Amino acid sequence: MAAALEIKGLEVVYQGVIQALSSLSLNVPEGAIVALLGANGAGKTTTLKAISGFLPLESGRITRGSITVGGQDIMKLAPHRIVRRGIFHVREGRHVFSDMTVEENLVASTFAQRRPRPRREAFDEVYSYFPILSQRRAQPAGFLSGGEQQMLAIGRALVADPEMILLDEPSLGLAPLIVKEIFEIIARINREKKVSILLVEQNAVIALKYASYGYVVENGRTVLEGSTAELSNNQDIQKFYLGVDSHAAA
Amino acid sequence: MSPLQQFIEYSIVGIAAGGIYALIALGIIVIFKSSRTFNFAMGEMMMLSAYFFYAAAVTLALGPVLGMVVALIGSIAVALLIERVAIRPMLGRPFIAVVMVTFGIGSIIRGIVGMVWGPNDLQIPAILSRSPIMLGHVFVPGKTARAFAIAVVIVVALIAYLRYSRAGVALRAAAADAVTAYSMGIDVRRVIAFTWVIAAVTGCISGVLMANVNTLTPHLGMVALNVLAVVILGGMASIGGVLVSGFVIGWLEAITGLYLPTEFREITPYVLALIVLLVRPNGLFGSKEVERI
Repeated sequence: MAAALEIKGLEVVYQGVIQALSSLSLNVPEGAIVALLGANGAGKTTTLKAISGFLPLESGRITRGSITVGGQDIMKLAPHRIVRRGIFHVREGRHVFSDMTVEENLVASTFAQRRPRPRREAFDEVYSYFPILSQRRAQPAGFLSGGEQQMLAIGRALVADPEMILLDEPSLGLAPLIVKEIFEIIARINREKKVSILLVEQNAVIALKYASYGYVVENGRTVLEGSTAELSNNQDIQKFYLGVDSHAAA
Repeated sequence: MSPLQQFIEYSIVGIAAGGIYALIALGIIVIFKSSRTFNFAMGEMMMLSAYFFYAAAVTLALGPVLGMVVALIGSIAVALLIERVAIRPMLGRPFIAVVMVTFGIGSIIRGIVGMVWGPNDLQIPAILSRSPIMLGHVFVPGKTARAFAIAVVIVVALIAYLRYSRAGVALRAAAADAVTAYSMGIDVRRVIAFTWVIAAVTGCISGVLMANVNTLTPHLGMVALNVLAVVILGGMASIGGVLVSGFVIGWLEAITGLYLPTEFREITPYVLALIVLLVRPNGLFGSKEVERI
């Protein structure tokens, strides 16, 4: 299968001195869900920002390595160009426009569509995946619950009709039932719309459940990779990420 | 004339002046909303536009209609130049630094206009009819009434455009959260440049209207300082609030002029702005952001 996204030996430096990534490599094949695991500060979010072109907005710079989509270099593109190339970054913390209505939030995302004319049918699709948003379409997004805001953040990605979604901590601060509901929908979107997903998630249990392949990031480099089945059985993963202590049983 | 009739006439003239205030304020607010830049050069941009109109309509003898077209094109070109050369490189710098840059631009424009057209009053062709309008027994000066009507139509049209159009959504999105707007394909720098175009248009129309109601001098832009009070009263970022607060300030100025010595008229907008800031720091119509905790 052709690699949709390929990152090789990526090095990222903030403000000229702070090294956030030293040598990060990963592949996201077309239509796959790939998880990026690691502790706080390991470089997961920086990786997503490097892909979506946000680094210059935070005085960050790619100093080595490459990021290609379908073989084409995207490192020189501005963020709004990258999203129009079909890579949508759903940022950590949801960032809905709180004093705009749900529908206006979706309208804002039509700028990410690659068609010359905005496509309103995309809204119906969002509302069919997230019926609750349809009921709340005229309400300010700031009044939505955390789970609904996350749904809206993913809904905005859907409006863009992307090939790939970079999903940063979708479970953050949400109740387990809501997390499960949202991940079921993410899996459906991945299946039905053939959207590949690069998932950054603190909750390793759920990340390994829904992803097919995973990478472990430590100190800005990928230290371990494998299918999620392999990773789930790996002792270090069990100990550090899943909270299973195999020695305790012995 | 009865005191009541006098009060009504002054009120109408004041509210009419307020319509132009609202138009100028709108130009200041769209820029402020999109990039947190307070444009102190707004008054000078207005004044320069009125001189563009004079140059095209009188000096080049193109007539008022073509003159207006030339003035609009010139104003937009100048606004885009200011944005590109002086404002864009300042993005992300401290608020006060950017404010000082706009102050400087204002001085430069005033200087250039003084050099090119001299300090004296100029007469521009009357595009507004003088014939007064009678509302019942109340006499409304013709130019003032027509300037008011034009200003209000443009303000309302612009507000509706920003409220319901896709471009308006992009502007509000960029204003609320630039990084997220970028992530949704909105070219935030283009949005900011677009707000300067809006300011150029409102500035140009209000400048030509002002020059018609009064005369054309390099001090025409001073009126923008009164508009500062309008913007504060309306709550900085409230686009709808400027319309109402424009009328309030215009009316209050006129009424003060009626009952108190003229010196009081000059300070009225600022006194009102000061009181509002003390009582409601977010302005009359400024809202705290909706946030769910």
